[in-house]
Amino acid sequence: MTSYRSLFLKLLSAVLVFGAWEIAGRIPVSYSFPTFLDTMSALAALTLDGTMLRAYAETLQPLAVGVTISAVFGIGIGLWVGLSARFDWLFSPIFIVMQAAPLAALIPLLVMAYGIGLTSKVFVVCIMAMPVIVLNTGAAVRNTPSSLKEMGKAFLAREDQIILKVIIPAASPVIFSGLRLGISAGFIGAILAELKITPTGVGDIITYSRSIADYPSMYAAIFSIILFAVLFLNLVERLEFILFKGNNRGYVSD
Amino acid sequence: MAMSQISDAPRPIREPAPENAVVARNVSKHYGPVEALRDLTLEFPRGQLTSLLGPSGCGKTTLLKIIAGLLEPTSGEILVNGEQVTGPGPDRAFVFQDFALLPWANVMRNVAFGLELRGVARSEREAIAERYIRDVGLAGFEDSYPHQLSGGMRQRVGLARALSVDAQVLLMDEPFSAVDEQTRRKFQEDLLALVENENKTFIFVTHSIEEAVYVSDQIAILLPRPSRVSEIIRPSGIRGKGADNIRRDPEYLDIVDRIWASLRSYVE
Repeated sequence: MTSYRSLFLKLLSAVLVFGAWEIAGRIPVSYSFPTFLDTMSALAALTLDGTMLRAYAETLQPLAVGVTISAVFGIGIGLWVGLSARFDWLFSPIFIVMQAAPLAALIPLLVMAYGIGLTSKVFVVCIMAMPVIVLNTGAAVRNTPSSLKEMGKAFLAREDQIILKVIIPAASPVIFSGLRLGISAGFIGAILAELKITPTGVGDIITYSRSIADYPSMYAAIFSIILFAVLFLNLVERLEFILFKGNNRGYVSD
Repeated sequence: MAMSQISDAPRPIREPAPENAVVARNVSKHYGPVEALRDLTLEFPRGQLTSLLGPSGCGKTTLLKIIAGLLEPTSGEILVNGEQVTGPGPDRAFVFQDFALLPWANVMRNVAFGLELRGVARSEREAIAERYIRDVGLAGFEDSYPHQLSGGMRQRVGLARALSVDAQVLLMDEPFSAVDEQTRRKFQEDLLALVENENKTFIFVTHSIEEAVYVSDQIAILLPRPSRVSEIIRPSGIRGKGADNIRRDPEYLDIVDRIWASLRSYVE
């Protein structure tokens, strides 16, 4: 019952947003702002002739590598930072600076150091994604309720059991929210890298379509990457509920 | 419910202090400059329930956690069955004031958690847990999560978890303070039956005078600044009278009054 209603509300909000987009495109608010329907037909055309598929094969490389590195090392370093005050003191400032740094200004430095290939793009994705994953994980681990750790100790848990069976599950909701934020930042990083370093993949479609004033195609590419990001984040949330069943206690599910 | 079957027949009066399951000897504890316990010595007779009663800040929870091995005493020692405590051990189980249940685990896993940590095989530990879940009256709630339970039910889960590791000494840190009054009375009656049926030693921290007198074989009154045992009371006369009659008994009322008289000057 409620799931039908929430599905209905989601459809309604989609219809409202896309309807407003269509109207705004028809007025038009700007010559370079296509209607929703034009964008969708451009999206269909790009998908059917295989352009989109080739673009994603290109874009997904730095994205997948960067997000994987960020998730694995980010959670690992975050756990360490949360468990050890000394490690926190040593590493947290690096990630706070990384989070605050204006990435676009750093890209020329990265290109000088690592060239215009995959390495630089992976770096951009990591710089975007990793800090929030590390800092969230660290904070979540640090804030594990002390009574739960005490309970583990009282029932004879070894140090590794306390980490695996108490601290990580307790921290998992915040770790996963950090992961979701990190991954969405990684998407921004991947596109930014393709716009700023070398135009490849989805970034190339955006840049090229803009240069020939094919705005529907440009918006179709932007729309597709947003859609892809949302679907991927939903997948991560599913993964969380499979791994940690008790976490499903009524925060955003979609 | 198995726990609540309190017989109307008078309980046999226990022998006073036959052997001590737990002994605290000259225990002191400092938190930096704050002195929580000073040179405290106390004996806990086997198979009986000893309450630690006192105003807040008198160090009763500190003493309980030192006995549990969760805190180290600054000086002095704790002996459990004659052996010195160096950390948590299989001979002691703890019931927490705030329940300390894993919110992501269902009742079954929470109750079996102590056994899970000890490496007991899943089918075996779930069979044991199932029995204690039934004993505390939560049969049918095995798959519920803590947030779906009331406060009283959560504490029953905490109690079942402590019982399922089959420790000889049960340490209870104000276990009923976070549940409502009616549930608490039920718990107190159940606790009397538990002390009678299980051959365990109970150490029970409380700040409620009535509760201490109702459930205890021995009450140690702790006074703050510096913490020490000021008095040990054994309400032996009311023990054999059955759960329903205790609260009406003149001796019960006398002891409650006497304890209040000695504590009131410490309550600001």
